[in-house]
Amino acid sequence: MSKHAPKPVSLFDARLLKAALVESFRKLDPRDLWRNPVMFCVELASVVTLVTFVASLSGHTPEPAWFTGQVSAWLWLTVIFATFAESLAEGRGKARAASLRKSRTEVTAKLVARAEFGAPYRVVPAQELKKGDLILVEAHEQIAGDGEVVAGAALVNESAVTGESAPVVRESGGDRSAVTGGTEVIANAIVVRITANPGETFLDRMISLIEGAKRRKTPNEVALEVLLIALTLVFLLVCLNLRPLTVYSVAAAGKGSPVSLTVLVALFVCLAPTTIAALLPAIGIAGMDRLFQKNVIALSGRAIEAAGDVNVLLLDKTGTITLGNREAVEFVPVGGHSEREVAEAALLASLADETPEGRSVVVLAKKCCSLKADAPPADARVIAFSADTRLSGLDTAGCRYRKGAADSIVAFVKGVGVGAAAVPAQLHDVVDRIARAGATPLVVCRDAEIFGVINLKDIVKGGIQERFQQLRSMGIKTVMITGDNPLTAAAIAAEAQVDDFLAQAKPEDKLRLIKENQEAGFMVAMTGDGTNDAPALAQADVAVAMNTGTQPAREAANIIDLDSNPTKLLDIVEVGKQILMTRGNLTTFSISNDVAKYFAIVPAMMISVYPQLGVLNVMRLATPLSAILSAVIFNALVIPFLVPLALRGTRFRPMPAERLLINNLFIFGLGGVLAPFVGIKAIDMVLGLF
Amino acid sequence: MNAYEWTQTLIFFLVLLALVRPLGSYLARVFAGEPTLLTPLLVPCERLVYRLCGVEADREMDWRRYSFGILWFNLIGGAVLLAILLLQGVLPLNPQKLPGFSWHLALSTAISFMTNTNWQAYSGESAASYFSQVVGFAVHNFLSAASGIVVAIAAIRGFVRRRSSELGNCWVDLTRSTLYLLLPLSLVFALFLVSQGVIQNFRGYRTVPLLQKTSYDKPKLDAQGNALKDATGNPVTEKAPLSEVTIPMGPVASQEAIKELGTNGGGFFNANSAHPFENPTPLTNQVEVFLILWIGAGLTYCFGEMAGNTRQGWAILTVMLALLVLAVAVNYWAESAGDPLVFHQGVTQANLEGKETRFGIAGSALFTAASTGTSCGAVNAMHDSMTPLGGMVPLSLILLSEVVVGGVGTGLYTMLAFVVIAVFVAGLMIGRTPEFLGKKIEVREMWMSIVTVLTSGVLVLIFTALALVVPSAVASMANPGAHGLSEVLYAFASMSNNNGSAFAGLNANTVFYNVCGALAMLLGRFAPIVATLAMAGSLAGKKYVPASLGTLPTDKLPFMLWLTLVILIVGALTFFPALSLGPIVEHLVMVGR
Repeated sequence: MSKHAPKPVSLFDARLLKAALVESFRKLDPRDLWRNPVMFCVELASVVTLVTFVASLSGHTPEPAWFTGQVSAWLWLTVIFATFAESLAEGRGKARAASLRKSRTEVTAKLVARAEFGAPYRVVPAQELKKGDLILVEAHEQIAGDGEVVAGAALVNESAVTGESAPVVRESGGDRSAVTGGTEVIANAIVVRITANPGETFLDRMISLIEGAKRRKTPNEVALEVLLIALTLVFLLVCLNLRPLTVYSVAAAGKGSPVSLTVLVALFVCLAPTTIAALLPAIGIAGMDRLFQKNVIALSGRAIEAAGDVNVLLLDKTGTITLGNREAVEFVPVGGHSEREVAEAALLASLADETPEGRSVVVLAKKCCSLKADAPPADARVIAFSADTRLSGLDTAGCRYRKGAADSIVAFVKGVGVGAAAVPAQLHDVVDRIARAGATPLVVCRDAEIFGVINLKDIVKGGIQERFQQLRSMGIKTVMITGDNPLTAAAIAAEAQVDDFLAQAKPEDKLRLIKENQEAGFMVAMTGDGTNDAPALAQADVAVAMNTGTQPAREAANIIDLDSNPTKLLDIVEVGKQILMTRGNLTTFSISNDVAKYFAIVPAMMISVYPQLGVLNVMRLATPLSAILSAVIFNALVIPFLVPLALRGTRFRPMPAERLLINNLFIFGLGGVLAPFVGIKAIDMVLGLF
Repeated sequence: MNAYEWTQTLIFFLVLLALVRPLGSYLARVFAGEPTLLTPLLVPCERLVYRLCGVEADREMDWRRYSFGILWFNLIGGAVLLAILLLQGVLPLNPQKLPGFSWHLALSTAISFMTNTNWQAYSGESAASYFSQVVGFAVHNFLSAASGIVVAIAAIRGFVRRRSSELGNCWVDLTRSTLYLLLPLSLVFALFLVSQGVIQNFRGYRTVPLLQKTSYDKPKLDAQGNALKDATGNPVTEKAPLSEVTIPMGPVASQEAIKELGTNGGGFFNANSAHPFENPTPLTNQVEVFLILWIGAGLTYCFGEMAGNTRQGWAILTVMLALLVLAVAVNYWAESAGDPLVFHQGVTQANLEGKETRFGIAGSALFTAASTGTSCGAVNAMHDSMTPLGGMVPLSLILLSEVVVGGVGTGLYTMLAFVVIAVFVAGLMIGRTPEFLGKKIEVREMWMSIVTVLTSGVLVLIFTALALVVPSAVASMANPGAHGLSEVLYAFASMSNNNGSAFAGLNANTVFYNVCGALAMLLGRFAPIVATLAMAGSLAGKKYVPASLGTLPTDKLPFMLWLTLVILIVGALTFFPALSLGPIVEHLVMVGR
């Protein structure tokens, strides 16, 4: 399947920036802003300083108007930077949601009474479709709603949802029966049973998710907000307390003036954890957006964050750990034939076989026996694989070459009727040996003569061991789930270096495994696509469904992978961790900043009372007013400065928790203490130029 | 420090460290109901208590019932003490015929002893009868200490239990902590103190002739009782001869041991542990400091053992002791550096004002740090007389919410709240939902740990602001300027954190200070207790998440450093402006900047 991911739009695309700028002013509405209590307080503070600015114009404040005006302006900018960051994070999603909306034009559906082709139909608008309705969708028509194919098979273009331009097959029965509203049938016709009421379809949910309309705060986010609100309250009290403290000190020292309202408000905003509070909504939204860029849709932010906590990862063997297709690794001759003969017969039987297995036989034949053949001979008649005969091959020069499962080939040679249908004695043993080792034996014959067996083996994906190693170093245990027998499973598990495996897994075994792990306190993630995975998906903490999967699987999951690439879980885990880390790091940074702000503002506001406190002005800031202004400006400017970090997330490299903590404390803790000393001093020097 | 002081300090810490484990282990057994050395002796008493009080010892309580139990127990105790103090004049054991307390002083004092604060706006020897001391104060020294300890034990159970709603039975825990821990230890150490010269009697005060007769300058008063002043405005004095002195007596030793052991700190005498009848020798001084720290330190080991990870207990103790050593060092440095103004007058440089020479600077620094790092508040030196930075040490230790090693029980549960906050931020920083001891830290835990940690700070900020605005409160300040501000800050810091020590120089026996102080002490004590129990209840109900490579180890050095920083940063951010207008500016003025 060729991949055509949507053209990546830069986070800082000019159009997005412009839209975000407009949006950021709309978000200043207090009715919206109170959802972010810290920034709401900053907005109130901005209003207060606006009032003091107006008062200072008529000389009613201790400070000159240029000062109160600047403080007010920078406080307003602080709020706007915050709303801008959030708008910017939403921008890319909004753009995509708008394009999705556009694609969901007025669609009509052909309502049928029975799941039969040729039955009479009635044309109804898509909005009138209810769960359980049957609709007929023919070539070049859009599927009107989410559903399940109940009759027929068709090629469907799902690019509207996945951005994938290669059409996929959707057919009734099996694991490829789900269709999504808004996608288009390209060839053939299908009857679909609608499984979602209007407004609840996948596309609707996707649009609302992307737009962030339904975005609820995750528990971690709420807990962090609790901490931020508490700190804000404490700083509010600190500032309220400062007024009586300085009034008393002025009376005691007999000189100076008590701290003014403007300065108190400025100090409050500088101390309040505005940096993290401003960027907090953006971090979560940007995380979902980053996943979306990887073609993963998280149905809740909670699921992504849970992914960061996962301890146990259940992976399907096929397609995840091993290549979805098996590969020929060996020709085993039987009945006195040579390996070369087997290879020649296998090559001819596979030349027209376009399946990956068939191509791997050709490759092996060329490699091991230096055979040369690129195309079937001119007179060849290709016998494609069919479910009835369960074998394939071609007829050329009067000979019939076939390969297939042992019993099918034996039946074939017996049915040829040319010569004695001799089944070599050791065939059974060879087939048995290969099967027991976990591989698939394919028997090769020419007419009634059985030449030998092709050993088709599961191939573990290249580089998968390293990924498991990474997971292990993050403390995540990987468990392989397979329907194979335990011996085979053990062999593959050892090769892939997974920590554990579950062989001959039935759906109830998967469910039990998840429950056991959860009982032991672990967070379990699993990927699945089949209907029989649905119960296990519903039970797992992080459930990733493949978009190619069935409707029940997709409904049970909380994350949907539009690319249907099971190793995506690793990316999801990474984004989950990044979101939490970015929040933690910016919190630490934000609070560490306060140290320098105190050293800037406290001496400035008290120096008129106690000139001795000038010692605390370690940055040697020019004047008290410029010191306070520099701190306010730094506090505002640091927000846009950190927007890229908030939107892209802290870089995540798998390493033990302790080292990670030390690294981040060093960068964001120590850095957070030092950066504002440099920044405030620099701003003060620039202010000195005017 | 000289060799003697080094040896004394080193031996002290070695003994303390050596005895942490035996006590912690013993506590873990006691609260698990396992047999100990004292079990055969005490089980009959324990059963008798349960039978008399109608306690169903096997019935455990959820956090709400546990909190109600603790609150009622304390409130009833407080009401009884209030009655005793008001009725002191008609109650027995009052050889000095001392009258009852005023309503606001009685209220403040009752709440003070009920909350383990032992803030004293009176002088013990001139205001409290022996009945009040023995039946009122001494009893509450036991009860308030036991209350703190059982809340810590319930908090530990919250972290340790899995999918349970119960935290234990508060009556059983209260009984056991008193019977198995406080009573036996107090008895042993009271006897030791008596052997060193601490008195224990019910006699009236004794007036004895002075060995060396002396005289003092007595201000001359006019007919209206106002001081007479000469032309230059100085008071006119006359020589008054002094030939005898009144020595207060009383049952001191029985109260002294529990005063330290239960981190209560309310002195029998006004001079507290500076008084030779409370703390006669350098040896008793070291023992008293040891008693102040012992249970708090032992509880950290008890926590480690109950949690099945003794390293975790040691990690917490290490953070506490690191801060303690830092505090002692700063105080010692500031006091031995002294006041340059005095130095220039040719007097010895070290600041010995307000210190007992039998303890010296090292003995006083250790006692001061231990007493204010815990909720004890006993003093063997006058904090008010310390240099500005030296005095900032006890003030800061109190403002850091007293986690060094903290009051009995309170120290541990306050520290655990700090740990929860530190774990939360650190957990985010490594990209996981934060967890501690396998329990996920979520919204409820954040709220509760924040209430536990920040209540006292909020109270200090509110009440100091009030005290500087309300005129009647401002009138209480005897010292003007920055030092007066330090005194107000210290008073409310001490009361909100249930410490009880004081910077003198403030007339705290006024309606404002008694009522606001009572409020600060009540909220500062019970808001964290209820929050801690609520958090424990929520934690106990959670399932256990086994540790993996991705789990942050909380018993190793990086986390210990982080925890220390969190404690210091929270304290510094809350109080830097206030401190800079108090002790810091006072110091700068002193060194002549």
